[in-house]
Amino acid sequence: MQPTSRAFQANARAGLANDTLQKALAMARTGFPLKRAEAVARLPEFEDLREAGRAIKDHTLAHLDFYLERYERNVLVSGGQVHWVRNAEEARAAVLAICRSVGAKTVTKGKSMVAEEIALNDFLEANEITAVETDLGEYIIQLRHEPPSHIIAPAIHLVKEQVADAFRAAHTELDPARVLADPRQMCDEAREVLRPRFLAADVGITGANFLVAETGSSIIVTNEGNGDLTQTLPRVHIVMASLEKIVPTLEDAATLLRLLARSATGQEFSSYTTVSTGPRRPGDLDGPEQYHVVLLDNGRSELLGGEFQDMLRCIRCAACMNHCPVYSAVGGHAYGWVYPGPMGAVLTPSLIGIGEAGHLPNASTFCGRCESVCPMKIPLPRMMRYWREREFAQKLSPKAYRSGLSLWAWVVRRPALYRAAFGLAGRVLGWAGRRRGRFRSLPLARGWTLVRDMPAPEGRTFHSLWAQRQKAGSGR
Amino acid sequence: MSAARDDILGRVRDALKRGPLDPEQAQELDRRLAEHRRNLVPQRAAALDHAGRVALFAAMAEEVQATVARVAAPDAVPEEVARYLASENLPAELVMAPDPALDTLPWETRPLLRIRRGRAEAGDNVSLTPCLAAIAETGTLMLVSGADTPTTLNFLPDTHIVVVRGEQVVASYEDGWDLIRARAGSSNQPQAMPRTINFITGPSRTGDIEQRIQLGAHGPRRLHIIVIDES
Repeated sequence: MQPTSRAFQANARAGLANDTLQKALAMARTGFPLKRAEAVARLPEFEDLREAGRAIKDHTLAHLDFYLERYERNVLVSGGQVHWVRNAEEARAAVLAICRSVGAKTVTKGKSMVAEEIALNDFLEANEITAVETDLGEYIIQLRHEPPSHIIAPAIHLVKEQVADAFRAAHTELDPARVLADPRQMCDEAREVLRPRFLAADVGITGANFLVAETGSSIIVTNEGNGDLTQTLPRVHIVMASLEKIVPTLEDAATLLRLLARSATGQEFSSYTTVSTGPRRPGDLDGPEQYHVVLLDNGRSELLGGEFQDMLRCIRCAACMNHCPVYSAVGGHAYGWVYPGPMGAVLTPSLIGIGEAGHLPNASTFCGRCESVCPMKIPLPRMMRYWREREFAQKLSPKAYRSGLSLWAWVVRRPALYRAAFGLAGRVLGWAGRRRGRFRSLPLARGWTLVRDMPAPEGRTFHSLWAQRQKAGSGR
Repeated sequence: MSAARDDILGRVRDALKRGPLDPEQAQELDRRLAEHRRNLVPQRAAALDHAGRVALFAAMAEEVQATVARVAAPDAVPEEVARYLASENLPAELVMAPDPALDTLPWETRPLLRIRRGRAEAGDNVSLTPCLAAIAETGTLMLVSGADTPTTLNFLPDTHIVVVRGEQVVASYEDGWDLIRARAGSSNQPQAMPRTINFITGPSRTGDIEQRIQLGAHGPRRLHIIVIDES
């Protein structure tokens, strides 16, 4: 997918002005946070589990080479294959080679953010292989030819009328006079339309929430059961996963699974958690004959060992975006690439470059909700600040912003000048605004006063009050 | 091995500022893998006695829209299956896992039940399977694939009926892993793993349209659990 992150500001304005989007976001704003809070309150050990989860991931990342090798060995022992790929291009080529080797015409897909990251569907279509998304949300956005706007609820930006329109346009074989007023009817229609696609597919592609080094297993977590039909019915199962999905043991996976569903949808456990190890066994009546893992780096190894390493703990639960005031206001498409919200603001610059995605780490109020709900305790605001520093150091931010910031730095490093200048400015503004007590507009502060009034300063500055207080204190 | 593989492992080691682990460190980590040490396991189910766990399992499963029936003995299962199908207005016809334990149940007492044994096919409406365990903590069933337990039974039909023997109810997922390892005898071989382990918590669902939960997205719309309370 071609990133539009450079246009974040225009994207965000368009999102704010889009009434349908705002209606859809309003429904999402309350639902997820409320359910998560209830699920967390029900499990007294939740905080301790977060700490345990962080420790597991930190341990794994510190020994990632070892666990990757053990994982690979155990996939091979169980009869599967591992395809190591450095980047999106190699990943697409690996998937295509597997599909061609079995003469595949259609593939079904469970939800995979890594597949979105490498823009797999377009590539398969260009190579005359039909890719069918089977997760309801992914299916809807595939019909609408648009990217997901959320990492666990890809169609969260839509209202049901838009889904009905997409279904009418695509399912031309069905009665045009049918009623499609309720999500129930649309869900049934998707089930009916997709069932034959599941049965006909030659290859099934899923993502992975976790890869288990101990056993060579991949784990997916879903609610619909589409990922299971995708990997059970076709002859070939391909797992798309990035390096950091590794955990050492099944016990470690269990700990992270306890955090994942509660943080994501507020469920105690998702409907389906599926552990897959190799192809079908002798005597099995179903299951794939081939099991492939496409193991993708695509920038992960560059995050390791540096200031962004903590981001590799991310388990893609989406709690950060569900609790983000910016995401909730502008929606996921504004971020312009695959990963939106706070986790996207940190991850996207590392995958497509800070030059391309510089707006994203700036699109934050630093309220800190994302970090406070992150099950893996990832310091998201701090890492957004790292990106801002890099952006500044690489002279990528707008010139006016940089010279303004330099001027500011020059002034605040001179305390006497700062106090004099701001004491004076405060008095002038206080005098000018003495009647109304606020300003409707101010020169140099239009960005502020466009949407709210600026209160006029009153009384003395903080610094002089503080100095007085210190003096009084020392006299005691 | 591929150039990409060596390249990626090389980059990982560069980032970690070291070469491959020395044999001693590797041994230490292999020990960690073999130990299967449990992390924190919530008290919710662990603190209960067996009867408490069975009750918790049933309550948690019902909370996520599964239905639970408790019967006093294995012999009562065919009757409960027939009763459930009639109560849901479903035809008395099902596909059953070719599992020896299910076969020993007195199906002849319900001659009107038409039963096929095998994997599920596209037209099957109702399936009946055993399970490996039932996890009290979250009302989760644990099913494994095998010659006697094809995975398609868990997903293709509209209605999935699962038989749980009382002693199969355990506290946690970790108890489930132990059962998998015990089944295979050897505790540390990946072959001990079946092709597929399905943890199933309630019927299939989606909230993808306006976050309004609908049951039966692609998998079963109904999940009925029959717990045999043997003393």
